[in-house]
Amino acid sequence: MAKVAVATRSPALAGKSVGGQGVSLKVLEPASRMSLRARPAAKAALSKALGVSLPEKPKTTTTKGGRSALWLGPDEWLVIDEAGGDPLADCASVKGLHSAVDVSHRNVAIAVTGPNAAATINAGCPQDLSLDAFPVGAASRTVLGKVEMVLLRTGEDAFRIECWRSFSDYVYGFLSEAARDG
Amino acid sequence: MLLIHCPYCEEERPELEFRNAGEAHIARSTDIAAESDEDFEKFFFIRSNPKGVIFERWRHIHGCARFFNAARDTITDRFLLTYKAGEPKPDISKLSSEHGPAAWANRPPDQLNVKPKAKRSTKGEA
Ligand SMILES: [Zn+2]
Repeated sequence: MAKVAVATRSPALAGKSVGGQGVSLKVLEPASRMSLRARPAAKAALSKALGVSLPEKPKTTTTKGGRSALWLGPDEWLVIDEAGGDPLADCASVKGLHSAVDVSHRNVAIAVTGPNAAATINAGCPQDLSLDAFPVGAASRTVLGKVEMVLLRTGEDAFRIECWRSFSDYVYGFLSEAARDG
Repeated sequence: MLLIHCPYCEEERPELEFRNAGEAHIARSTDIAAESDEDFEKFFFIRSNPKGVIFERWRHIHGCARFFNAARDTITDRFLLTYKAGEPKPDISKLSSEHGPAAWANRPPDQLNVKPKAKRSTKGEA
């Protein structure tokens, strides 16, 4: 009888949270993520296949049924599915030239919520996070301290930070310190 | 911190999101093998390094990740304008210096950017 090795996945920072001082940090559940690159010609078909229209306006997001498409660049989107769907499979039948790469386990997501959420993130992020400049639904690739992240505003006092798994310890530590300063 | 207008993100973003990528509008010869050593040296190594307005490539590396071009004053670090990659080099004399820095006061903009003595080899369009 051959031995069968079963890989068990261990998400980075699973279940960690920090609370108090007007801001709370919570490491979010694993999600399906896709890095999507496409020219304008393929956009409509991809939107249709994904069930969520790919935004064309910089720094915006469209969300539908647990699936979000974040504008990262003029031909680049990050699709996040938290409803158990498989965006990669949905794009497989699209004929138009595009690049769809599964990056589900590349990223770790951290929710930063509370009245001091923006101030906590601004401890390491130089972007203007006022509601005028970064309204609910705004999303952007940017920096936090010395690493890159994708920032999405999910509510007036709520953000989702997507960072690379290998950066997640740094990001979580940075935010924890920043939260204490609040 | 400098704020740089990204022509793709259509707004000013903090300089930490950007990376300089050297002088802009340096066209690669369409027939590089036929270049003389001298012309290749000019293309490959020689840069204008002006005191004043320079055209540069920048990359919004921690943003939309796109390359674009900018006209920047090397004395004041003021960005005169930015424009998408592939767009023609703007006429610097048409840029308004009204709100320009003090260093502009006594010199017309076209005299700020003194051309290098050796003629740059720019075969093909930049
Ligand atoms: Zn940009």
